[in-house]
Amino acid sequence: MAIVTAQGLVKAYGIVKAVNGIGFAIEPGECFGFLGPNGAGKTTVMRIISCFLPPTSGTVTVFGMDVTREPSDIKARMGLMPQEDNLDPDLSVFENLIVYARYFDIPRKKAVPLVNELLDYVELGDRGTMNIKELSGGMKRRLLLARSLVNSPEILILDEPTTGLDPHSRRAAWDKLNQLKFRNTTLLLTTHYMEEAERLCDRVAIMDSGHIVATDTPQNLMQLHGGNLEDVYLKLTGRNLAD
Amino acid sequence: MQIRHAWRVLQRHWTVYTKLYKSSFALNFIEPVLYLVAMGMGLGVFVQEINGQPYVKFIGPGIIASSAMFAAVYECTYGTYIRMTFQKTFDAILATPVNIDDLTAAELIWGAAKSVIYGITIMIVVALFGLVDSPLLLLAIPFIFLCGLIFAEVSMITTALVPGIDSFSYFYTLFMTPLFLFSGIFFPVEALPRAVAGIAWFTPLYHLVAICRAFAAGHITHVIGSMVWIVIVAAALAPVPFRLMRRRVIQ
Repeated sequence: MAIVTAQGLVKAYGIVKAVNGIGFAIEPGECFGFLGPNGAGKTTVMRIISCFLPPTSGTVTVFGMDVTREPSDIKARMGLMPQEDNLDPDLSVFENLIVYARYFDIPRKKAVPLVNELLDYVELGDRGTMNIKELSGGMKRRLLLARSLVNSPEILILDEPTTGLDPHSRRAAWDKLNQLKFRNTTLLLTTHYMEEAERLCDRVAIMDSGHIVATDTPQNLMQLHGGNLEDVYLKLTGRNLAD
Repeated sequence: MQIRHAWRVLQRHWTVYTKLYKSSFALNFIEPVLYLVAMGMGLGVFVQEINGQPYVKFIGPGIIASSAMFAAVYECTYGTYIRMTFQKTFDAILATPVNIDDLTAAELIWGAAKSVIYGITIMIVVALFGLVDSPLLLLAIPFIFLCGLIFAEVSMITTALVPGIDSFSYFYTLFMTPLFLFSGIFFPVEALPRAVAGIAWFTPLYHLVAICRAFAAGHITHVIGSMVWIVIVAAALAPVPFRLMRRRVIQ
């Protein structure tokens, strides 16, 4: 059974439809990527799946539950890595994760070893006492990844996880995400990097102006349309640039 | 709304507060003392007794009330606004099982809790100045909480509506300053023209000042009307910040 489903999903702001009638089903354990130009509606879809925004119409379910009816139960089993840094600047690196674990009702006795383990995992084990503003951009991204794993999520949503990272950090992030895939965590990500989509995603949905214009494996898309994934992407989403 | 989720957010605020309070605590503490010394002891020398009390004793309980008010208002205007926008703390919290109503409830309760923290602190100061006649003043604490809740509600409503952080200047100048000056802290409002004095009855600080002053003197029954006023208004206003914060945050 699919872990995330969307049917007839519309999100409208006044007369503008940020998401205009899309449907998809994401299977457990797969890595599913949303590709598309800025403003295509990717982030809006992520925010609806993560129970932050209610859909204007249509239904979205996660773990078989409706996002508008059981948001707390869904979010308890989901991890979210946002596009922007929203770490708590009033707290240290370590405290950020401890406080976050508390939101998931993880008792402190369990949280402390868990947080240390996660900080080691993202190679911030020796930075626990640092202030957030002392961290580099790459370290912040890693800490956000660690924070999104605090509740051992069954599905991890990553909104542009490697945007702004240098090539070394990006490779390191891909390694981490691949490890999570091996552990059977379902990954749902948006990206502008075709190489990232090709390396990580089992299937991608290409979005343009609120619609999904194609959903398939990267291999099938490349066979069907010719060229590499970037060529496919440009072919399917190109018309806006000509306007 | 789930109490457990709201509690988690309150724990976060407490963690941050106990870490940072040293840098802000003194500010909330020094200002009331300055008023007590300047107005009470300085100006008070030239002022006759009010209702049989020396001037400094008259204003002491009012300073407790205004300190409680400012604590809740700062928290739920600038504090909440910064968490909601610049720091994106709300976004981070809403990605957990905590939902927007839990978060709004926590912000309101935290604002009221700040009123109690600063109310009690200034209560101790005023008592050390020897300006409290009756231990009944301690019974004012629940009303400081409830009136703090009213200030938190009004502040959250403002926070949910302002286009930007600069707009709070209007709120402070047009709402907070008149309350501070015309709620009977520095002179009995009856001294004002009747129509102006009547307006005071509709404002929360007037009632909290009346309660603190009466309790400090050991008279509880004088202010039953003000106690009822605070309970009713705190309850009646409550749904509004929830509705407006839902609209502001979830778009």
